Amino acid sequence: MAKRKKRTINGAQLAVQILIEQGVDTVFGYPGGMVVDLYDALYQSGDKIRHILTAHEQGAAHAADGYARATGKTGVVIATSGPGATNLVTGLATAMLDSVPMVAITGNVPTWQIGKDAFQEINITGITLPITKHNYFVQDVNELADTIREAFQIAKSGRPGPVLIDIPKDIQLAACSYEPQPVVDPFDTPKVPEDQIQQAVALLQNAKRPYLYVGGGAAACGLGEQVLLLAEKLDAFIGCSLMGLSAIPRKESRFLGMEGMHGALAATLACKQADLIFGIGVRFSDRATGNTDRFGKDAVILQLDTDLSEINKNVKVRLGMIGDITEALFAIVDAVAPQSHPLWQQTVASLKEQQTATVRKVKAEHPASLYPAALIDVVNETKDADTIIATDVGQHQMWTAQSIELSRPRKFISSGGLGTMGFGLGAAIGASIGTGCRAILVTGDGSFGMNLTELATAVTYGVPVVIILLNNGTLGLVRQTQRFFFGGRYAETTLNRRTDFVRVAEAFGAHAQRVTDLDSFRAALQTALQSNRPTLIEVPVDIDEPVLPMRLPGGAVDELITDLSQEELS
Amino acid sequence: MRSVIAVYVENKYGVLTRVAGLFMRKGFNIDSLTVGETEDPAYSRMTITLNGDDYAREQLINQLKKLHNVKEVKLLEKEQNVERELLLVKVPNHPETRSEIMAAADVYRGKIIDYSVDAMVIEVTGEPLKIQAFIDVVKPIGIIEMCRTGVVSLERGATVLHTQN
Repeated sequence: MAKRKKRTINGAQLAVQILIEQGVDTVFGYPGGMVVDLYDALYQSGDKIRHILTAHEQGAAHAADGYARATGKTGVVIATSGPGATNLVTGLATAMLDSVPMVAITGNVPTWQIGKDAFQEINITGITLPITKHNYFVQDVNELADTIREAFQIAKSGRPGPVLIDIPKDIQLAACSYEPQPVVDPFDTPKVPEDQIQQAVALLQNAKRPYLYVGGGAAACGLGEQVLLLAEKLDAFIGCSLMGLSAIPRKESRFLGMEGMHGALAATLACKQADLIFGIGVRFSDRATGNTDRFGKDAVILQLDTDLSEINKNVKVRLGMIGDITEALFAIVDAVAPQSHPLWQQTVASLKEQQTATVRKVKAEHPASLYPAALIDVVNETKDADTIIATDVGQHQMWTAQSIELSRPRKFISSGGLGTMGFGLGAAIGASIGTGCRAILVTGDGSFGMNLTELATAVTYGVPVVIILLNNGTLGLVRQTQRFFFGGRYAETTLNRRTDFVRVAEAFGAHAQRVTDLDSFRAALQTALQSNRPTLIEVPVDIDEPVLPMRLPGGAVDELITDLSQEELS
Repeated sequence: MRSVIAVYVENKYGVLTRVAGLFMRKGFNIDSLTVGETEDPAYSRMTITLNGDDYAREQLINQLKKLHNVKEVKLLEKEQNVERELLLVKVPNHPETRSEIMAAADVYRGKIIDYSVDAMVIEVTGEPLKIQAFIDVVKPIGIIEMCRTGVVSLERGATVLHTQN
């Protein structure tokens, strides 16, 4: 076959070519001087790759992140040098902490200007070193293609994460040619050794009060069914971290919900009383475990993860298994013999009863009926299984995590590890664009105020996102800490603002409505979900509405405030 | 507790920063870090001496293994490796202390590599304990300034840290 003559292109065109080659059809970003060549190349390939222009680079980073969380594909974000690049920092850190595969491309000043403090020059590889899985500064156009391919490979291999590629302007302009390559495969993940699987099986079968603790790794790998099978065989119960929330459908009776600081009482207490804790794709974060010195002291702890540095990092484990968690879990489920633990069943049943009583009490305290858990119940009744639930960070996030019903993974988009206020709107937009599904963003007035300019993006692209804004006029999670532990000195947490969120949303071109009772909320939500256009529904929430339970600062996993009558604890 | 860890890294942009940055952000207490080219110029070899407990050592090794440019990490077990460090020390050149310094240098198999009217520079190589002992000897006489390389180390026998595939 005659060798085809290679067409000479420039680095920017090559970069876009590689994105297309690697299966990217959507990128998020914001143009600028040092990526103008890249944007010209995108413009010329507009039929193959869609660019979503956000209002701010941070919004673009969160959108790429939300896109990745919802689709499982690698999210791509583009920003210019200097402030464009630094505006990605929070977005990259958010993705890093929650193990989200992302590729960020930044432009930079030409190589001969590097180090001269040229206009909009910043050493973004230095800045993002601790918040990316890896990053690159491209110095030779001949390395550009393989660098981008490798970035995708790293982003999606093992424990996923963000990778940044910084491309100076002269590299974008340099002549080069394109040689097609297939989509890169992730690096091989090692197998968990057979003897470890057998040890795990023996320990699991030996347990009398087994508790399975699932995290983002299990959710991302879609292991819910296997975890349920294992729980069934072992007669075990399941709890999760915030990141693991969508792994198991809420309706499953063996699933107790999210454990930890603001978790479900039954899950947290079951974890405390278990004689075996099996962590699956979870890193035993301090939010979930509380004081790690006192976590699982009477339990055998097993951990299955793909990242070896997680073993023994936060809690000391009896058996740490590193490798392909899907394969290992299938092997374990296969090998364990069915067990029966009637006493453990009884214990957990009474924990569930204790939890139900608490929930009933909260209901009784709210005759007005417009309180957070009731709102989330309405969301549960109204949404379909495809609907994506996104949150920002704060009380609304915890209320959602406590009550939202999810029936499949990748439908819950929330910043877990970094706790990024302002994450939600961008992420909801990215998630909706990536999946074509509707998104509901539950947010608060604090978080929403941070990045609400992304309303412009939602309106421009007609993204079907419904924003439920729980407006309590305060930074509620901090307020309740101040209430319980700082003698009610509400330092700078009361948002005495006169922002009219309905008019703000309308000014952006979104539909908006304020509701003050549960029935109008239900009606507004139904209308919004049918309308397929960006809609904001503002709901007033009492300034002192707490998230309960709440763990005491520095407390062990079960040292919780569950009731407001415990207020004098402070 | 002191551990010696050998790290085989790709000789690429920013790799030293990546490794050094890891120590800072994970709070590891490092005694020394040396880095230099290997027999293959595409790779460098680092020798890290860590002062820390079992937890710190396990975490350091596991975190290093996660870095993309790191190809191999190995804990060098005591007695199974050879260690050397190089010291350059500048001492005053006075008639009344000259012979004592030169005698000490001789015993420690040091070399005088600069001899000026007012100062001498002595080179000593050896295991860190020997280096420290020599420093302790000349310190009372007076050290103008000194420079230690940190430890380099190889395993005994034909073992290699990294095989190209």
